[in-house]
Amino acid sequence: MKIKINISSDILTKPIMAESILETGVLLNISQAHFDRSHGEVVADVERDKFEMICKSLMNKGAKVTKLDTPIRWDEDECVECSACISVCPTKVFSLDDDFSLLVDDAKCIQCGTCVDMCPHNALSLENSK
Amino acid sequence: MVKKSIHEINSKIRDGSVNVVTAEEMVHIVGELGAEGAAKEVDVVTTGTFGAMCSSGVWLNFGHSEPPIKMQKVFLNDVEAYTGVAAVDAFIGATQVSETLGMDYGGAHVIEDLIRGKSVNLHAISHGTDCYPRKVLDTTLTLEDMNQAIMMNPRNAYQKYNAATNGTKRTIHTYMGSLLPSYGNVTYSGAGVLSPLSNDPDYMTIGTGTRIFLGGTQGYITGAGTQHSSGGGFGTLMVQGDLKNMSPDYIRAANFTGYGTSLYIGMGVPIPILNEQMAQATAVTDADITTNILDYGIPSRDRAAVRQVTYEELRSGYVDIDGRDVPTSSMSSFKKSRIIASELKDWISRGDFFVSMPAERLPKDVSAKPMKQTEGIALVSDIMAVSVVTIDKDASVYDAAKTIMETDFNHLPVTGEDGSIVGIVTAWDISMAVSKNKFDLVADIMTRKVITASADERVAVVARRMDQDSVSAMPVINKSRHVIGIITSDDISKLYARRS
Ligand code: SF4
Ligand code: SF4
Repeated sequence: MKIKINISSDILTKPIMAESILETGVLLNISQAHFDRSHGEVVADVERDKFEMICKSLMNKGAKVTKLDTPIRWDEDECVECSACISVCPTKVFSLDDDFSLLVDDAKCIQCGTCVDMCPHNALSLENSK
Repeated sequence: MVKKSIHEINSKIRDGSVNVVTAEEMVHIVGELGAEGAAKEVDVVTTGTFGAMCSSGVWLNFGHSEPPIKMQKVFLNDVEAYTGVAAVDAFIGATQVSETLGMDYGGAHVIEDLIRGKSVNLHAISHGTDCYPRKVLDTTLTLEDMNQAIMMNPRNAYQKYNAATNGTKRTIHTYMGSLLPSYGNVTYSGAGVLSPLSNDPDYMTIGTGTRIFLGGTQGYITGAGTQHSSGGGFGTLMVQGDLKNMSPDYIRAANFTGYGTSLYIGMGVPIPILNEQMAQATAVTDADITTNILDYGIPSRDRAAVRQVTYEELRSGYVDIDGRDVPTSSMSSFKKSRIIASELKDWISRGDFFVSMPAERLPKDVSAKPMKQTEGIALVSDIMAVSVVTIDKDASVYDAAKTIMETDFNHLPVTGEDGSIVGIVTAWDISMAVSKNKFDLVADIMTRKVITASADERVAVVARRMDQDSVSAMPVINKSRHVIGIITSDDISKLYARRS
């Protein structure tokens, strides 16, 4: 399953991910990472039954962990199948079929929210944001 | 040589023997039969497009109230419509945004709500006259309650449109959608092979009076659109149709984050095949239509072209920029464009729609002018302060505080050994340092990432950067990064205050 780990600026310089991995022996398969001066954000895959363990360890070290189990919602009635969303999604959730219909593979979604801003027709939404 | 008349084609439509194909199908037919063969075979080619057309709106006539009012200002669901024409006529424009909801709701949404049969709140005010005594009016209206609701779009159906990308380091939000940093994506608009004007680029059959598909009903081209620039291949159309017969399948409100509202319009133009030239013109493909990819990160009317590209490459999903595959997105819907072209084809085949010859052809080889600006374009050098006090990075915080007190400058650019800029300190940084009992060197408390301007930049561009980076002053530097002046948000406000 996919999880998102947020690290705030005050603990950004500490190797807390490495520590948690060593401490729990749970492997994280990192698919996206973004760090700047104000915060860090990592998206990773973890085995479902190991989630609790690594989550607890990371939280103890001050990180915020969210399960990415509510992917992008697509409202087919609002969608006009323009394809605006395709080029902004970092994980290729969207594609066009041979007949130019929109295909949505939401299992790949990491809930970054980029497509929500992009869609001109308010056809895309995430549960935890607008 | 094939020669047909509109009259002959319309008799074929009447007796059901007409042969209509879409512009996509026509590509193959001309490929197989050649232009002459195709011209004999095919009578009408249908085109279609469905995309954001900001320059759209609707003329409404509300009927007269009792006692009557001569509206001076009118709002529909809090979106202002222009009513400076007689008493109860108003034009609701697609991009006007709500007084209360801002960019989330605009004229485009009012138009879609009306088509969907929803009622809208009308609020009007007036100064009151002897013949129109009423001063305020509030009521609720549906589309059915209006006398007329005529869609009248000043500029629709661009022949083709520039594609957009972004060379800056931050995501920008435009009417071409979100553009990711460092050429992260490319967006484009237009139906390419199905584009109405690209299928008749010499305007042999498209002109004033041409009957078209507009928003799901029959409409008309009333002339060349505003900014019609046929010389450069950017022709546009002015169109009109009855909103009361339109369908939300083909008229859709849109929101572009950070830009505002717009209206997606579905339009299809039939092209009668009068001769083989017309057959040849309608055989145009995505590969034949080129456009430029422009860098929308450049905040100017004159954006540099990153490269030329065909619609075929844009539609493939990726374009090559500097050896990198950059993903593309269409902002208009090709699937809907196809649906429109085939719907129009059905109408004509069924005998419900007849083709027309324009009363007047669209002007060729004209170009749109940029705006004449009588005030001149203000440059940073025009308003920057040239007497600027800098401070050395090895000076003490105490020295910096003293300099600020003595000179009345709130921002001190910090210079390094060679005199070039290395940072900036503000009165705020100094108060912070003092409150923490930190009396170190300026170098320890300064902001290192200074936002700077250069003297030949335009003030409007610098003002936008100041806004985005939330700073209130920028050192102006030359090529060797020496400080030659400073520009503050106060200077900018004064400039604009003087002008208005
Ligand atoms: S951007 Fe929105 S409207 Fe366009 S295809 Fe994607 S979901 Fe549909
Ligand atoms: S939220 Fe992000 S990952 Fe999910 S579909 Fe949208 S752009 Fe793709």
